[in-house]
Amino acid sequence: MSAPATAPPTAPAPPAAPSLGKDLLGLEGLTRAQIELVLDTAAPLRAVSERAIKKVPTLRGQTVVNLFFEASTRTRVSFEFAEKRLSADTVSIASAGSSVSKGETLVDTARNLEAMKIDTVVIRHGSSGAARFLAERIDSTVINAGDGTHEHPTQGLLDLLTLRDRFGALDGRRVCIVGDVLHSRVARSNVFGLQALGAEVAVCGPRSLLPNAVDALGVKVFDRVEAAIEWAEALNVLRLQLERMQAGYIPSVREYNRVFGVTRERLERAPRDLLILHPGPMNRGVEIDSDVADGPHSVILDQVTNGVAVRMAVLYLLAGGRPDLAEAARGPA
Amino acid sequence: MSDAPEARPLLLAGGRVLDPSQGLDVAAGDVLLVGGRVEHAGERVGRPDDATVVDCAGLVVSPGFIDVHCHLREPGREDVETIATGARAAAAGGFTAVCAMPNTDPVTDNQAAVGFIVRQAQRAAASRVYPVGAITLGQRGETLAEFGEMVGAGAVAVSDDGKPVVSAHIMRTALEYARTFGIPVANHCEEPTLAHGGAMNEGAVSMRLGLKGIPSEAEEIMAIRDILLARRTGGHVHLCHMSTAGSVDLIRWGKARGIRVTAEVCPHHLSLTEDAVEGYQTNAKMNPPLRTAADVEALQAAVRDGTIDVVATDHAPHHYDEKEREFADAPNGIVGLETALGVIVTWLVAPGVLSYAQLVDRMACAPARVFGLPGGTLRRGAPADVTVFDPERRWTVDPATFRSKGRNTPYAGRTLQGRAVATVVAGGIVYDDRSTPA
Ligand SMILES: [Zn+2]
Ligand SMILES: [Zn+2]
Repeated sequence: MSAPATAPPTAPAPPAAPSLGKDLLGLEGLTRAQIELVLDTAAPLRAVSERAIKKVPTLRGQTVVNLFFEASTRTRVSFEFAEKRLSADTVSIASAGSSVSKGETLVDTARNLEAMKIDTVVIRHGSSGAARFLAERIDSTVINAGDGTHEHPTQGLLDLLTLRDRFGALDGRRVCIVGDVLHSRVARSNVFGLQALGAEVAVCGPRSLLPNAVDALGVKVFDRVEAAIEWAEALNVLRLQLERMQAGYIPSVREYNRVFGVTRERLERAPRDLLILHPGPMNRGVEIDSDVADGPHSVILDQVTNGVAVRMAVLYLLAGGRPDLAEAARGPA
Repeated sequence: MSDAPEARPLLLAGGRVLDPSQGLDVAAGDVLLVGGRVEHAGERVGRPDDATVVDCAGLVVSPGFIDVHCHLREPGREDVETIATGARAAAAGGFTAVCAMPNTDPVTDNQAAVGFIVRQAQRAAASRVYPVGAITLGQRGETLAEFGEMVGAGAVAVSDDGKPVVSAHIMRTALEYARTFGIPVANHCEEPTLAHGGAMNEGAVSMRLGLKGIPSEAEEIMAIRDILLARRTGGHVHLCHMSTAGSVDLIRWGKARGIRVTAEVCPHHLSLTEDAVEGYQTNAKMNPPLRTAADVEALQAAVRDGTIDVVATDHAPHHYDEKEREFADAPNGIVGLETALGVIVTWLVAPGVLSYAQLVDRMACAPARVFGLPGGTLRRGAPADVTVFDPERRWTVDPATFRSKGRNTPYAGRTLQGRAVATVVAGGIVYDDRSTPA
């Protein structure tokens, strides 16, 4: 292809590999270098949120649509902050009252978004594969903000950043995911991300809430939370969705807390202090006791802070990740 | 189906005449059809003066293929398929007859509904269409439909396919009652509380994709229930679209004890695994789901040794935009009439799992035997239903060329070996692809 005679000056060369590509659909298949790129980009971006004026011009003129087919205040707000701090123009569409709830199909939604010439779509959807479905049909960048019981990559990345802040490198570190792995998108993203960074990963929960083929993920499996606590250096405690009880996966919330609850008593018997993570919102007194959630080893609020930084990093990198913009994003030190 | 048999004799000349129903395999022989009946099949014969002659050199001439399981969607969803388009798709796939499942809207659960299908098929004038009646009214699983009246109107079997017969009592009663009419009771084996909400095979792939899985046991539990009920009642149970190695073991167990159990397997379960779902490919979504390589291997062995009697398509057309959506919400099923032969030759005959004689048995002779249908043989006096196919012909699947209104196939773009060249029903050619060079 030959350039037209009046070609504009060529854009600065893109940064050397790695890049994230067009979309972020999951952590499965991402390389260590790609994940580290996000984490390395996110760490300095935290500083933006510490300033009096929490805004940099990085994504000025870009349009981001937050498309939430499923309610999730936390994730949506975190993305909105990230977008606004990068000066993007944003629109958030929640499913209630939108054309989405009037039976418009995802493919129609995709066509409409494409026609509106937007740059990035952040999608949360109740169906596994929905983000990928959208990404394959539109030219805009798609960021998966949770699809069904598949992946929630930015949650996985913020968990990684939180762990890396405390541990430094994650090579050989032992992290156990506790709870409803079967229905969790957080668990999959965590497993793929942690393994890519060299951590050892285990899962622990009632077998009725672990996938039958969980071994295929190359994770250790603990049937008892006591054993998991003895082994692990960090626990990622998953939210127990209370409807699982009605669906017959567990007998009662009370018994779940008795057998699998992460309690202070159990942690006190551990051979070492454990970092405690939780993707929120928590059921206090069910999967996690308040003593633990608010205790000295909880990094749950760090996760929230890191969530905004990681999402800024992802938005920035997918938008092209130019070095000059990175400087702008960093701003004065 | 043609009312009036073709008046002029038809001579299918010089092909490999292959009819396992009578142990016939003549390298370069003739089949002569007169008055809608087979007049001769075997060695070369003289050419009658008024005969139409089709040169079949290099082709296989066999009894017409019969599909005992397809969905033609009429009445109710004429936008995705009609009896006429389905019958033409069947002809293009080499099928001279198909059995239409009753999960239409309204359900084919009475004499009048069965009669409607028979009449529509006659008007279509392509392959024969035999109606399958519902087991229960509205396929609701509660009250038996009137088997006798439906058989009187042309039904050849009963099935609630699309849904399992959940009540063991109803299944038992259906098996007992069907004995009066000598028809099979065909069941879609799926234990609903175990399969509930599942979108694909339960295993490592479903776990990674975050899709709810359907365990093999959902099929196997109902398969063994039905085999045991056939033992109890003496009825003939036909197990639809088997998909697991465990089911094969159970059928083998039943047959070894003389229980009247027959079974079918679909080309897709003989060729594809759950890996085809990767990337949330809705054209690989079906029920039962695609399983593992070990299951495919067991099913191939079972169709080879006859444990599974019949290859059936479970042809299930859907409109493209119904499949163009989130995986969990997409409908199950793929079209199969026009790819069945190519898939079986490519995945089973070419690698040496099946001989052509076995292919013809599983696709023509056994279906007629199991469902008690006319045809499935080239004996003198049999209906003049014949499939002529080119075993070597390679072709690339292009759904845009399908006669079916359905385009939903996971084989799009794949190159297959083996294709029907001419399909003859009642002595008349209903599909002719001799013009296209190999
Ligand atoms: Zn079925
Ligand atoms: Zn079916």
